[in-house]
Amino acid sequence: MDLPVFHLDFLGNRFLIAMIAVLHVIINHAMAVGAIPLIALMEWWGKKTGERRWDDLAYQILTVCFVITTTFGALTGVGIWFSTSLVNPYAIGSMIRVFFWAWFAEWIIFVSEVVLILLYYLLWKRWQGEWKRYHIALGGVLALTSWLTMAIIVAILGYMMDVGNWTHEKSIATAILNPIYLPQLAFRTPLAMMTAGFFSLFLTYFFTRKEDPFQSAAARWISLWSLGWAPLCLAGGIWYWKAVPDSMVGNLAVALGTQAFEGRYNVILDILLVSFLLALVTLLWSAVKPSRMPRFVLIIPFAVAIVSLGYFERVREFIRKPYVISGYMYANGIRVDDYPLLNQNGVLPYALYADAKEVTEENHLQAGKEVFLIACTRCHTTNGVNGILARLETMYGSDRWDRDTVLMYLKGMHNVRPYMPPFPGNNAELGALVDYLFSLRAYPAPIKGAQTADGSSIRAEKTYDDNTRG
Amino acid sequence: MESLSTLPIPKDIPLPLPVESYNLQISIIFLFLLHILFVNLMVGGSLFVVVLEWMGIQKPAYDRLARRIAETITVNKSLAVVLGVGPLLVINVLYTIHFYTANALTGVAWLMVVPVVAIAFLLGYAHKYTWDRLAHQKGLHIAIGAGAALLFLIVPLIFLANINLMLFPSRWTQVGGWVSALAIPNVIPRYLHFLLGSVAVAGLFFAGYFTVREFPEDQIDQLLDRPKVRQMFYSIALAATAANFLAGPLLLFTLPAEGLSWKLAGIISCGVVLAFIVILILWKEIIVPQQTSATRFYWMAALLTGTVVLMATGRHVYRESAISQHRLAMAGETLAYTSMVGIANWRISQGLEMEEGGGARSPGEKVFDNVCAVCHALDKRLVGPPLTEIAQTYPNDVAGIIKWVKNPGRKRADYPQMPAITLTESQHQAVAQYILDLVSGKGQEEEKEGE
Repeated sequence: MDLPVFHLDFLGNRFLIAMIAVLHVIINHAMAVGAIPLIALMEWWGKKTGERRWDDLAYQILTVCFVITTTFGALTGVGIWFSTSLVNPYAIGSMIRVFFWAWFAEWIIFVSEVVLILLYYLLWKRWQGEWKRYHIALGGVLALTSWLTMAIIVAILGYMMDVGNWTHEKSIATAILNPIYLPQLAFRTPLAMMTAGFFSLFLTYFFTRKEDPFQSAAARWISLWSLGWAPLCLAGGIWYWKAVPDSMVGNLAVALGTQAFEGRYNVILDILLVSFLLALVTLLWSAVKPSRMPRFVLIIPFAVAIVSLGYFERVREFIRKPYVISGYMYANGIRVDDYPLLNQNGVLPYALYADAKEVTEENHLQAGKEVFLIACTRCHTTNGVNGILARLETMYGSDRWDRDTVLMYLKGMHNVRPYMPPFPGNNAELGALVDYLFSLRAYPAPIKGAQTADGSSIRAEKTYDDNTRG
Repeated sequence: MESLSTLPIPKDIPLPLPVESYNLQISIIFLFLLHILFVNLMVGGSLFVVVLEWMGIQKPAYDRLARRIAETITVNKSLAVVLGVGPLLVINVLYTIHFYTANALTGVAWLMVVPVVAIAFLLGYAHKYTWDRLAHQKGLHIAIGAGAALLFLIVPLIFLANINLMLFPSRWTQVGGWVSALAIPNVIPRYLHFLLGSVAVAGLFFAGYFTVREFPEDQIDQLLDRPKVRQMFYSIALAATAANFLAGPLLLFTLPAEGLSWKLAGIISCGVVLAFIVILILWKEIIVPQQTSATRFYWMAALLTGTVVLMATGRHVYRESAISQHRLAMAGETLAYTSMVGIANWRISQGLEMEEGGGARSPGEKVFDNVCAVCHALDKRLVGPPLTEIAQTYPNDVAGIIKWVKNPGRKRADYPQMPAITLTESQHQAVAQYILDLVSGKGQEEEKEGE
């Protein structure tokens, strides 16, 4: 409430984060955490067997990984930070105050990771012969640092999700000891390894020729790598699923689909399992009969991996609702502790950039809009992704919109929709919000964020008043 | 300076700093310098590459030189990014609210840093790895390099606008978007100062780089031997440093008065003196190239580092004094607010807040009002069906209602799915009974009316 509100009214703020984060996770898992150990192992295998082409293939795969991780990989990592601190500055700001040293350690390891991958890639051709074993060892150290950066971030992610005791302890120890940490890591690690296998398999068919028997040998080798990790991945997945605290399991059905899919939750779980099996079959095929493998089939496991990673992140993000920091701060960025005061006096008196400080007959639509910006826009847009009008439409159709009904709903929504935070303001503001929503329905004007030229601070363009009140 | 009362005074995040503010301040100066060093080499380097490759069309030796410089960018650009994360972390802690305010106001440009830098890096790779393949399409090849350089030139403008806006709360209610943040008068001089600094630092670096590193014979010719290359880069460094003697004062004069102080003036003057000595040594190196010495190079590197440290310290001192009053006011607001929050919570814990709607309500009625009434009314459809219909489906069947409520299915296609409701067993019992009573109560009233 003390910051100008950044808002994307079509894309939605959460979708912005999701796009960047999922891209980052795919690159990070498939081309760094999982790929580096695979590449170093392949390099070692080439040295052991004396077959030069293992080395060449490993270098080619590394080239692709190097180019992508040092561009979009690194930048989407920064992008997660940029986007989350734009969308949920209070959450990120609070967490950095508590996890400063974890983040600092993460950064140091991150710097080593970058230095090591530069050395590993740029010295590949230079460290030959006698030096080869040092180069392979370099790959091993790099693999370890890549995994460590992930291990630290997962601790922070796990902490946000677990009920834990943020309010009392606020320390990194509780993050690592939280009950979701190890299961999540146990799932992500083999998932990254498997996905890296898919990606490398895909590349192998491009870098080698079909007539060449080496293609079969390499495809089999990589398929076995992924198959080896598959049981661990499944076991980790089950452990993770079970470790999610009971209080959050209630939301899982919604987390996996959208609200409309709530009832089809089992179907989606089945689809995920079937995809997993499909990926396994593809792997077995390429392990047993690599020469009969058409290239395009390899799209399947890779696509499956991408979809699963996306879903995994969606589940992880969703199950911590209605909080952004469990038990401490709601998804709207308002602390649980702030509620008694705000419910009593309203959010507007404490909203630094709000034009309306109090709801009056004249300003009620402007006030409602400002309340909407403060309380709703972290997750909802007006008419875009997760648009508020569409949400209300599913409940009230086109004919049952009634001021008191909507008001009643907003007042108690957290009781029936456990992923929704309670409304933070007072009754007058709730009324203004409903008035605004009705005016929005009559004239769906998008709401502009502080980053736009005419949306200085929280203020946006004048609200359309069409006397739809009551 | 505007009076404090007209400025927006936000509340801070009510959590303590993880580290002493003083330590954070020292670390931000050094972490930032480390980052900016590689940014300088990346930006300056990519500018040199474009110009030298273009000059290489006439004289192939320059093309080879450009290629050597392009190779260094692979390392420098990656270190520039990764070393930027550390200072970003410290800024997040030390200037939380100021920084996030500026971020939000320049949000779109701020996000664009991500794709712009990623694409600049990809162009850099494309440029480096197609040097031979595009040898006969020089125009295209130079254009790729120039594309990367151009993007590198844009990114600092985004950072500068943001980090500058954060210092001036008086602008926060006027600015909306990156372009308007650029319009604060000191931004462009600051950018100019930075660019010249980049060229100077990169010039000095490459003078040393091509002196220290082995330079295979096949990569040079008589027209461009080692002393010549060194002399060229020394000249570039000299010109850029000298030009900063103009850009520097311009920046100083356009700085809003908020953070100016004698302390700042002292620190900057020391930096200027060191820079002046660097210029004198550079001059000597250029006019008498045969007497060049490695010792003098290291001296210059050390002195220029000194200048940069002093300038960075000066900037930090400015930053701190620009927002110190504002920060104090913020601390006051934060304290006042947290006390109010504390009192409100205390009143709740003491049961002093009367429950809204008051009066003696039965447990069933309370649950109904808070939970069920969100979607159900007595005799009309809200989200779900009216209670009258429910009572028809479950006549006197409390257990049936509870079973459904705990695990609802979906009976009607044109109704949204009902969520499962978790209550205590006695609450379930009470509210189901309340629903049935309410409906039958209504029935009785109607009968009475009919009589």
